[in-house]
This record gives sequence, structure tokens and C-alpha cells, in this order.
Amino acid sequence: MAGHWGRFNVVSLVFGFAFLYLPIVLLVIYSFNESQLVTVWAGFSTRWYVALFSNQGLLDAAWVTVRVAFLSATTATVLGTLAALALTRYTRFRGRVLFSGMVFAPLVMPEVITGLSLLLLFVAMNLDRGFMTVTIAHITFSMCFVAVVVQSRLITFDRSLEEAALDLGATPVRAFFQVTLPVIMPAVLAGWMLAFTLSLDDLVIASFTSGPGATTLPMKIYSQVRLGVTPEINAVSTILIAVVSVGVIVASLVTKRAEVQRRRDEQMAARG
Amino acid sequence: MNRLLAALASRLVIVVPYLWLLVFFLVPFVIVFKISLSFTALAMPPYTPVFDLQQGLSGLMAALGELTVENYLWLFQDQLYVNAYLSSLWIAAVSTVLALLVGYPLAYGMARAPESVRPVLLMLVILPFWTSFLIRVYAWIGILKPEGLLNQFLFFLGAIDEPLIILNTNTAIYIGIVYSYLPFMVLPIYATLERMDHSLVEAAQDLGCPPVTAFWKVTFPLSMPGVVAGSMLVFIPAVGEFVIPDLLGGSRTLMIGKTLWQEFFSNRDWPVASAVAVILLVILIVPIMLFQRAQARAQEKGL
Repeated sequence: MAGHWGRFNVVSLVFGFAFLYLPIVLLVIYSFNESQLVTVWAGFSTRWYVALFSNQGLLDAAWVTVRVAFLSATTATVLGTLAALALTRYTRFRGRVLFSGMVFAPLVMPEVITGLSLLLLFVAMNLDRGFMTVTIAHITFSMCFVAVVVQSRLITFDRSLEEAALDLGATPVRAFFQVTLPVIMPAVLAGWMLAFTLSLDDLVIASFTSGPGATTLPMKIYSQVRLGVTPEINAVSTILIAVVSVGVIVASLVTKRAEVQRRRDEQMAARG
Repeated sequence: MNRLLAALASRLVIVVPYLWLLVFFLVPFVIVFKISLSFTALAMPPYTPVFDLQQGLSGLMAALGELTVENYLWLFQDQLYVNAYLSSLWIAAVSTVLALLVGYPLAYGMARAPESVRPVLLMLVILPFWTSFLIRVYAWIGILKPEGLLNQFLFFLGAIDEPLIILNTNTAIYIGIVYSYLPFMVLPIYATLERMDHSLVEAAQDLGCPPVTAFWKVTFPLSMPGVVAGSMLVFIPAVGEFVIPDLLGGSRTLMIGKTLWQEFFSNRDWPVASAVAVILLVILIVPIMLFQRAQARAQEKGL
């Protein structure tokens, strides 16, 4: 499409982005509010951030959340990458339709259904609800997101590279680790980050599948939000937003650099 | 030996994720279905009949004999549930249309922007999606409440004398859903518009077609796959949404996700909660199939 700024386009962009960002910006600004009343500005203060670090319940919940997110994202990335490989490499196997259905369905499945069904499974299996069950639940839905991200990269992957490695005597497993994986690595990392933030973010599924002693940060925030808007919640939110934004921006810069490097390498290789 | 290992590896690639999804995605649905056919009991787990494999076939038959469709009859007799389903579908549909009205111009503006700034714009749309859903919904409470920032701003402008009551109404839910799911609408539409061959529009205009007509006759039909995908990505999760109606909606707001949650956590009625989930799934099967077909088609094209 030809690129030029039209008046209509500029207006819709400005309006759209204002709508997307204004609530977040306001939330961040009011986290630095001196007043206990969230919507009345009473001067700049960092007191709510200080209060945050003496709130043991919140800190414990944050620690649980980070551990669940790390463990579930890592497992989901392995399983999701395998699922993506299965879907792109093996076009025919028994139950493939069911398999691809199970990979895509969780992407749009209402969370209350996923949460309820997993909880009933854990009860039927007599598993104690807690850290492990939340992690398993998060792995299950986030591996599907990883699979979609990795699959879109695998589709455009030039298989002749892998075939060349096989011709040169590499085993398929070795060819995968030495040729395919490095090429799809940006997508795998993006999938990991997506899985990590999905886990960090989840309230509904965690509420169903968690048990005593495994309260996650969103569950903690939710129970406080129900009691009303407080500057402390604004402060937690601001920290979360900052961490995630910095992570996403750094990751995108790194993948962009890796992409540029890869293109340069390919050009060098083509020139011989 | 190596060949054996390779064959084993290729099997594992399929078997491991397959098994995982079978056990943790498909089997749970079977259990939900089974429990939705059970009687409510005050035991833990609070339902009967309890399915016991050790009793063998006769036990299975006995258990089957005890199954009941009572929970489903209950759902259809009680106006509360019927209304909750209908109002969820209505709220999700209205929100999807609103998201399309906000998202399409945004996607269009992005696709028509100079190529050099497109990655930045794309990033700006994706970034809010990465930040916590709960927090983004929470941010609107402070804006929409009677003494909130929106009303303060309107007072300041002198546009209103009385605060607008938006929080705890359906309007707040619409705003919340459009806001939270906007990236899901924008991204698929942007993808189709960005790939579109703009010379088609130019050809139409060269042949005397006014720009607005050219848009409706050329651009919009070509972006239809993106519109369908985006709408499904908003509509399906919105129907079962819990957080938004719970935080932004009022006590009179009926949405099925909220009803299921209350049935489960407050009333502790697992069989009815399961029946609610089964019917919700049945309602959503058509849109989910539409979405999957669109996904599969996009995949075949290698997009």
C-alpha cells in the first residue's frame, strides 16, 4: 500500500492511540499522587511505592506469580514448539484434525470454561490445588499461543537448509538443534515472552485452579480492587506496566538486531 | 540405532504435546460434561454420582443410570440463566461492532502510514496487549466513576452540571470490552489491509469511482478476512467475559461468565456451573469453528 499521511488517517491514528494509552497514562500519573483519594490530585509523592514494599502479602503473591510464570512459560515454550513442529512438518497423522483443533481452541476459549474444566480435572485426579495446579493450567493455555507464534515462523522457514544438513550426515535431531532452532529462535523467544506475560496476567484461570498458599498477584490485586480504587494498586500496576514495557521493547530491539544480522549473514553466504 | 532414535524423536514431537492437550484440555471437558449431568450433593466434591473405574462395567452402568438432565432443565426454566445468556450475546455483539468502528479506522490509518513508521505503530498497538488485562480494566474505574476523571474533566469544560453515571452500567462494559480487546480487532484487519494491492483502489478511482465508493467496493471487501477474524477474536471471549462485567458492570448486569463464577464460588453448585459451561460452549461452537476455518485458510496461504 502506498504510504502517505492523509488528514483522515492522522485523525483516526491520534484518536485510536489516545484511547489506547490515556487510561494507562492517567493510572501511572495518579500512582504518584500524595492523596489517599485516587482522583484528587494533591501533589507529587512516592509514598505509595514505599508502602508497597512493606506489604508482605503483596510481595509474597508477586514471588509466587513470577515463579509460576517462569516455570509455565519455559515448559509451554518446549511443548508449544513441539506442537508447531508437529503441525507444520507432519501434514498427515492420525487425529491431526483433533490436534490442530486442540491447539487453536484455547486461544479463544472463555477463561471461565478453561478454569472450571481444569479444576474439575484436578479434583477428579485428587491433586491438591496450589502452585503445581496453577502452573499446569498456565502451561496448557499458553503452549497454544507459543505454538501459533512458532508455527508462523516455521511456515516461512527454508527447509532446504535442514535438508542440506541431513545430506551432510547430521541426524534429524542434530539438524534441528544446529540449523532449524537457531533460525526460529526469535519466534521461540517471542513465544516464551508471550507465555510469561499471559501467566503473569491471568486472574480467572488461576482463581479456579489455585489453592491455599498459592495466591498470585492478579488474585491479590483483584481482591483489593473489589474494595475500591487505592493509590497502592496504582503503584503496583505502574511497576508491572514498566517491567513489561521495558521487557517487550528490549526484546523487540534484540530480535530486530538479530534479524538484521541474519539477513547480512545470508547475503554474505549467497555471495560466497 | 540413529535411525531408530530419529524415528522415536519424530514420534515424540507429535505425541508429547498431543498427550498434554488430551489430558489437560479434552479430558477436562468430558469431566465437565459428566458433572453437569450429576446431582448436587453436599459432599466434597459436591456432586454425585461419583464415577469409579474400579467398579467396572456394572458400576459404569449404575452411574449412568444416576445421571440426570435436571441441571439443564433448571437452566431453561429459570429466567435468570436464559437472560444471562441472551444479554451476554447482546453485550458481546454490541461491543464487537463498536470495536470494529474504532479499530477499523485505526488499522486503516496504520496501513496507509509511511512504511518506515508502520513497525512503530504496530508496536504501539501490541504494547497495551502485553500489559495486564486486569490493570487496564481497573484503570477505567478511576476514569468512569461519578467523581472520576472523566466527570471532573467535563465539569471543568462546563459541559455537564450533574455527573454522568457510567460506572456500573452496560456502557462501562462496552467501553471495557472495546478497550481491552481492541488490539485483537486491529491486528488482523491491519494484516489484510497492509498486504492489499493499493493499485486496485487507484484503478477504481481512475475509472471515475469516488474515494468513498472505492473504499466500500474495493478496500472493504478485500479486508473482509481480517474483519471476520478480528470480530471473532473479540466476540468469543467477550461472551464469556468475567472480569469486565464484574468490575465495571453493576449488580444488575447479567453476563454468563459472571453467573458461572457466582454459581461456582458463591453457591458452590458445581453441577449447575458445569451445565452453564456446557451450554456456553455449545453456543460458542459456531463462532469458534468460523474462527478456526479462517485460521486454517490463512495458514494454507502461508500467511
